[in-house]
Parts: sequence; C-alpha cells; structure tokens
Amino acid sequence: MDQQALLPQARLGEFVAFLAARQKLIGPVALGYNQYKFAEVTSLEELSLDYLPTILPPKKYFLPYHERLLSYDLSDGQGMEPVVEVEDITLFGLHTCDLAGIQCLNMVFSDHPRDLHYLTRKHHMTLIGLECTDYCDHYANCAMLRTHLPKGGYDLFMTEMNDHYYVDVNTYTGEVLVREADLFERVTPLALKELRSLRDAKKKIFQNELPIRYQDMPKLFDDTCDSEVWTQVGDKCLACGNCTNVCPTCYCFDMADEPELGLTRGHRVRIWDSCQHETFAEVAGGENFRGQRSERQRHRFNRKFHFPLERYKRVFCTGCGRCSRSCMAGIDLKETLNALIDERS
Amino acid sequence: MKTMALHHCSYQVARAKVETVRALTDLEKLFRLVLPDGEALNHDPGQFVQVSLFGVGEAPISICSSPTQLDSFELCVRRAGRFTTALHQLNPGAEIGIRGPFGVGFPVIPLEGNDVMLIAGGLGLAPLRSLIHYIIDNRRDFGKVDILLGCRDPQSMLFCDELEVWRKRLDINFSCSVDRGAPDWEGNVGLITALIPGVHLEPLKTVAVVCGPPVMYRFVIQELLKKGIAERHIYLSLERHMKCGLGKCGHCQIENLYCCRDGPVFNYADIKNIKGAI
Repeated sequence: MDQQALLPQARLGEFVAFLAARQKLIGPVALGYNQYKFAEVTSLEELSLDYLPTILPPKKYFLPYHERLLSYDLSDGQGMEPVVEVEDITLFGLHTCDLAGIQCLNMVFSDHPRDLHYLTRKHHMTLIGLECTDYCDHYANCAMLRTHLPKGGYDLFMTEMNDHYYVDVNTYTGEVLVREADLFERVTPLALKELRSLRDAKKKIFQNELPIRYQDMPKLFDDTCDSEVWTQVGDKCLACGNCTNVCPTCYCFDMADEPELGLTRGHRVRIWDSCQHETFAEVAGGENFRGQRSERQRHRFNRKFHFPLERYKRVFCTGCGRCSRSCMAGIDLKETLNALIDERS
Repeated sequence: MKTMALHHCSYQVARAKVETVRALTDLEKLFRLVLPDGEALNHDPGQFVQVSLFGVGEAPISICSSPTQLDSFELCVRRAGRFTTALHQLNPGAEIGIRGPFGVGFPVIPLEGNDVMLIAGGLGLAPLRSLIHYIIDNRRDFGKVDILLGCRDPQSMLFCDELEVWRKRLDINFSCSVDRGAPDWEGNVGLITALIPGVHLEPLKTVAVVCGPPVMYRFVIQELLKKGIAERHIYLSLERHMKCGLGKCGHCQIENLYCCRDGPVFNYADIKNIKGAI
C-alpha cells in the first residue's frame, strides 16, 4: 500500500457512504447565513465541503461541553465508579487549522497527569482532513501560525484537484480505509505535479497576515503586559465567553455534581468554563484574582501566544478566526495583535 | 453515545472516614480523617487534597497535619460557602471522598539546618501548621525557630491550645498579634508586620515561610527584605481555587503557572515579577 492514493471526484459520494456505513460520520453541514456546524451525516449531499470554520470546532467531540466523569451511589457512602462517554466517530473534512487545534488538545490531555477520559475518546476517532486552497475569510490568520498546511494529526488527508482528491495516508487506520473502500487509485506522476503546483499557488495566497514572526510572539506579550490596548479591549469585552467556547484550543472547565431525581445516585460531570467569566478566578471569601475584563482578555491572549510556548513549544492559536467571528463586541484577534505591535514600535 | 466504565482516572476519589470533629471557632472546624486500613496519606507539609461529597461537589482544602502523624490526617475548614457548609454538618463516622495530595508543599529540605521564620495570618495558620508540626517532630534538624501569628481578633484565633504549648516551649519563639483587641486580651495589638522588626535573626541563615491572606504578602515581604533576608529565602503559599488539581482546568492559573501543580508554595524570587501572583 502506498502512502498516497487518488480518489476520483466522481466517487467521493461512494466514499462518504462507505464511511457512514462503517461508523458514525461527522462532517461540516451548512446552517444558512454562511454558518456551518459539525454534525452527523450519511451522504455527500448533506455535507458542505466548501465551508467557513464551523461555529464550534471539532473539540466538542474530544472534550464534550458536558461529560460524565464519575457515577456515584450515596447508598454506598462515597462509592463511585469512573465512567467515560465514548463513541466510534469519523470526523470528515477537517481543515488544517482544526487538525492543529486537536493536536494542541492532545498535548494538554496527554501531559501528566494524563486525562484518561479525553485519551479514551481520542482513540475512538478517525480523522479525515481536507485542504483549504484559499482563505475562508479575512478573520483567518493561519499562515502566520503555519497551520495552513497539513502537518500530521490525521488518518487521511484529502486535497481537491482537477478530477481527483489527492489523499495522504498517514496511519494504519487510514490504510485500512483506503483498502476496504476499494475506490482509490494509484498516484500518478501527473497528480504529484498537480499537487506541487497547488501548494506553490498556496504559498502566494497564504502569507503572514501580521507583521511579526511566530517565534517573536512571546516577546511581544512580555513587552505589552501593561499596554493601553488591554484596557481598550477590556472596555469592549462583554465577558460572555463566546471567544473561548468557539476556540479550538480552549479547554478550561468546571466540575459539578448532578444528582438523579432519587438523589442517591448521580454523576460528577465536567462542563466547559471560560476564563472570561467574571467569577472564574474567584476564591472562597470573594477575592478575585482576575476581576477586570482587561486582565481576563490579556490572560486569554497570553494563553494562546505566550504561556504554551514554554511547556508545549507551540502557539495555541490555530488562526481559524472563530473568536473574532463570534465576538459580539467586535474584538478582533488580528486587530488586537496589530495594535500591540504598533504600540511597541 | 455509550457510557463505559473506566478502569482508573484522576477524578476518582478515595474514601476517608471522619474520626473526630472539633469546633475551633464559630467558623472553623477541625476534621480528623482516616483512610481505609489506616493507610498514611503520605503528603508533604503544605500540600492540599480535593475533598468530595457526592451530590454537593468538591473543594480544595490544605492539609493541616504533619506527615509525621501517620494514622490520620487533619483538615481545618472555614464555613464559607455551600460545600464547606455541608462539610460542617458531618459528624464522626461520616464518609467523605479524597483526591490527592496535590501540589508542591513547603520546602522542608532547604529549611533543614537553617533558622526558620514561620509567619501565618488568619486561616493561613492551617496549612502552616502542617510544617510547624513537622518541624516540632524533627526539631533537632532545624536551627532557631520563630513563629509569628497575626489574627483579626482573639475570638478568631485557631488552635489556641496548641498556641499555648508553642508559647511555653523553649525551642520555639512564638509571638502573636491581633488587629483588634478584646477586653481580656493581654497580648500585642496591631498588624503582623509590626512583629517582624523585633525578631532577632541572622539573615544569611534564615528562611522565611509565609502563609496568609493575599493582602498580607506584600507588606510582610517588605519587612522581611528590610531585615536582610534574601528573596530566594522567602517562600509563600498562594491561595487560588484549584478545581481539578491536575493542572488543566485553568481556575488556579497565575500567568503560566498552575497553582495546583507548580504551587501552592512558591519561592518569592520565582514569582515576584509574575503579574497578579501577589
């Protein structure tokens, strides 16, 4: 089996049907008004493969908004059993920015102490990527973060060409899919040439969107810790938490107990939380360590461009643009970074 | 979506039995807890556990007993919210859940052979008590030991019986001060910072450990630096709301540090330039 294969465009529908018959298939679906979401599909017709980043990133399958961690039974004192909600899922049509987001989450949850809820679910996922050949819209800044090109993190990765999809087979799971689907052809020299010219064309389209280099980001945030920009961003911010909910690499959470109606049994659950919420860093007694919206916004940006570099050696922004797209107050990530860069120079 | 049993996870709790409950003040109770088969918690002084009551939730509580006490451990809990109110209603024999111990505790090894200055403010005495008991139980390994305690008023003073013992011991210099006196109070009145200048110490061989409410740190540190104690020789225990204890949930994060994983005890030199730490 080669590490690459070609899928004739005419047979994409059959491939989607094959995947859907195998296990639950999730892909981008249009909601109207230029909004998209990841949802279950069974056929190609339901998919919108030419899509803007979905409202919620694929993290909702890796780290669900609400998930059971433990089941307890008070008739046995503090007796409990760890549980995990898991399902075999194929995620289809993931853009490179979202694959990068999943890679970030993988790092965090496989870091010690490992999160076995996340890791169990991760092993039940099949990931099939789809290359962007042009910008989705002006909010994206993927070239700056170098997430506009595939860098692993998938089982199969598809690039649309004239008559075919060029498919990179990255894992044994991917190899099995290609073999069993029986729809793929061998890669031809012509196809390889076509892929190269497509990637060359991408180089011209995708250029660093901001006047700063990747490796200089931490320094920018060191220098602008007390910047006026944070006050201005804080003045606009509504502390709603949209930006962190839609972020593919935000993973802050809260825990709570949910008793069943009988009150003896119940579940301890994990729910998404947001560092933008007012009480996020509050302690018993009322002291709040990030009481100001400006402090919380600065924290959010630092958690993307500054802090993760030390521990995970990469920026935790994928350039997908979701935070800017969904901000009700119009806080724009690129604008904010530009303002910081301007102020420093 | 299927729900499957998971063999093991970081969120599972161990059972602990409440052995005794003692009211220390109107607001604080001391719980002595025993693990199954009398197993030791095996913690470092200054670490914390996540205490769980299913149906109510979980809260991080610092361990206030020394690891030298092997058969049980103690938690001093102030009634401050929903969870701690539920905890206060427990009687001996009740069961609670425990996760941990978590975090980096007090620097026991760097303290050995040095003079030790322990400074507690209010409820900060609870975590520091784990270190005080550890030092008392290994007293020969340490130099001169000073304990300074500051409280709001005499009524809110914790562990009064133990304070009397410390006051009487010749191998401990204990002094305390209250912000507001009471008619029968014969001790010092004033902020804890006023006690520091009077302590005789050799700055080069003194290590200070401070534990108290956030507002206290800045003023106490100023006084310690005035005494000539090096920044490297000052340790602080910081208060944050650790929800997961695993360095993930984000609630206790101070810039790039997680209080639950990198702390709660920090060296002052490491955090003095970190915004929002102190």
